[in-house]
Amino acid sequence: MGVANRVAALALALAAFTGGPGQAADVKIKVGVLNDRSGIYADLGGEGSVEAARMAVEDFKAADKGIMVDIVSADHQNKPDIGANIARQWYDQDGVDVILDVPTSSVALAVSQITREKNKVFIDSGAGAADITGKQCSPNTILWTYDTYALAKGTAGAMVKNGGKSWFFLTADYVFGHSLQKDAAAIVTAAGGTVVDSVNVPFPATDFSSFLLQAQASHADVVGLANAGGDTVNAIKQASEFGLTQGGQKLAGLLVFISDVNALGLEAAQGLNLTEAFYWDLNDGTREWSKRFAARHGGKMPTMVQAGVYAGLLHYLKAVDALKSKDAAAVLAKMKATPTDDPLFGRGSIRVDGRTLHDMYLFQVKTPSESKGPWDYYKLIQTVPAADAFRPLGEGGCPLVKG
Amino acid sequence: MSATAESNAATKPPVKATAAASRLWGFGVVALLIILGPVVVYPVLLMKVMCFALFAAGFNLLLGFGGLLSFGHAAYFGIGSYVSAYAAKAWGWPPEAAVTAGTAAGALLGVIFGVVAIRRQGIYFAMITLALAQLIYFVCLQVPFTGGEDGLQSVPRGKLLGLVDLSNDLTLYGVVSVVFFLTLLLVSRIVHSPFGHVLRAIRDNEARAISLGYKTVWYRLAVFVLSTVVCALAGAMKAIVFQLASLTDVHWTTSGEVVLMTLVGGMGTLFGPLVGAAVVVAAEFYLASIGSWVQVIEGGIFVACVLGFRAGIVGTLADFGRRSIAARQGASARAAVN
Repeated sequence: MGVANRVAALALALAAFTGGPGQAADVKIKVGVLNDRSGIYADLGGEGSVEAARMAVEDFKAADKGIMVDIVSADHQNKPDIGANIARQWYDQDGVDVILDVPTSSVALAVSQITREKNKVFIDSGAGAADITGKQCSPNTILWTYDTYALAKGTAGAMVKNGGKSWFFLTADYVFGHSLQKDAAAIVTAAGGTVVDSVNVPFPATDFSSFLLQAQASHADVVGLANAGGDTVNAIKQASEFGLTQGGQKLAGLLVFISDVNALGLEAAQGLNLTEAFYWDLNDGTREWSKRFAARHGGKMPTMVQAGVYAGLLHYLKAVDALKSKDAAAVLAKMKATPTDDPLFGRGSIRVDGRTLHDMYLFQVKTPSESKGPWDYYKLIQTVPAADAFRPLGEGGCPLVKG
Repeated sequence: MSATAESNAATKPPVKATAAASRLWGFGVVALLIILGPVVVYPVLLMKVMCFALFAAGFNLLLGFGGLLSFGHAAYFGIGSYVSAYAAKAWGWPPEAAVTAGTAAGALLGVIFGVVAIRRQGIYFAMITLALAQLIYFVCLQVPFTGGEDGLQSVPRGKLLGLVDLSNDLTLYGVVSVVFFLTLLLVSRIVHSPFGHVLRAIRDNEARAISLGYKTVWYRLAVFVLSTVVCALAGAMKAIVFQLASLTDVHWTTSGEVVLMTLVGGMGTLFGPLVGAAVVVAAEFYLASIGSWVQVIEGGIFVACVLGFRAGIVGTLADFGRRSIAARQGASARAAVN
């Protein structure tokens, strides 16, 4: 009798202790990280994005706040039908609440559409198509890290201000390359620069020599690379063989990531100008997080895409915690109403079209002698403040924006 | 001597009858799987399997029965996909009209490319088809209506004949199943028709077929076009199911994938491509969570198949079945003689 009483009292005391969080433990969230894990974007996102998502859950101490987070991941192999298939099954059958990352614009647009149809949450970090927050925007989609417009604007705008007045474009000859050139050229002209000439390079190309000679002959201050992926890497390699930057011209990549620089090596990439949303060696906050990340991810420093996965999930968890609910519409409204604030991207906000606004940075790749160690790749040239970094709200053609 | 000849003559008709019976069984199994499948497996995945199974079946018509290895069938799959997606999205056509338009576009392309390609055989044929397919790829990359890298997205599924709402996965599943099954019957009919027999004769010994008075060029063109029609239909349906068309559909890797499906399942068998498509699509889907191993495993399956059972899964099973039937009949024939 006495023992039973004591046990009952103990149980009661325990219940009182754990009562608060215990009741809130109702919120169970399933997070799906969908990205490329075997193809060209595997280094940009890949397993590192999953690790970043895990770190967001741990750093937020989600379990202590009564939010149980389960992370699943899959490889969309850069094929939209595989990505769409996985996203549908995740939402329909596996109870996934939020999908993260998703590089490759065709897959991202497909997932965005499915997310809207199923009324869930999609926080994209890996894809850069400006249409995701433009003509094809969705109330359920947030584009966290970058888009091609912001990269073009950061690189072109800041370089013109720093004296790169005349431009020559090497443009990949397909829709994507042309739209990248068009965006960048408009920014160059608006900032007071001129576009001397441009040349269309067949896509995909391995030999850039004749185009690089044209670029050198133009005597333009800046040679802009309006291409992506393997084309950009090849162009940069051959530009270094032709001594383009040693000849006094500047090389500007409109879509280059730190993973590309890492693959190219400093010898080939030195002097390249590029825009990113995040660099591990920016400030104490990014350094602290990045070192923890590298320790867990085989010594590789995070890319901006992986940082975006972390920050996006953190902001989502904050909204869920504030509402004690995972109702998609309410969480999305809360996410857009609350300013974003995290150690990686600093303070910012999410616009009605889903675009997250934060600072962007123009970097120049260091020379091998300037670099003090592995992953010491960039010098900061200029910070582009959040307000100027992205396409103005009214110009994207997003139907959610009321004129 | 005369006894063995007699028993041979006696066993011939039953073998033919068992072939027809096993075909009937095959269709029965397929129908059963279609009906029971959605209980176990996610219906969207099954629809994808059916689309790719049709794609492989169309390809197999040319490779397995025509003896022509095309390395550019993604062009027809892709053009079907793009045209039906565009018709449904930009022109607001109902799904049945959009799919028909996609299929017709594939047929038209098949006629044009077929006339060029069938003049050569073997490696030259493969190279010509690959070159023509790359042509289509670059057209799709450049022209504005395909949306370039972003592809055509948010294609409406629409209402079938203005009545049946296809936005429900299970309703769409029913429609896709019916189209799939009917097309499969059609392929079976083609293969077992006199036309199909002439095709096989040409495949095995073209000189002899010519000497028998067949205009082999016309037969080859006909099977080429039939094959592209089935592939375009598969692509058109895929566009409606996934509500998108993208460059992946016309990329040369898709041409390679359909070769893989057909070889794994069993070239020149009716049901082989279906099994192959199911294996490859399921591998891509279920292994997606493992990460970077999908392609390695796909490659492994292919190597194992080519080295271990060259006739493919269904081909090997059929061989095994035939051998055991022959053994049984041989035994019973011997027993009758004794």
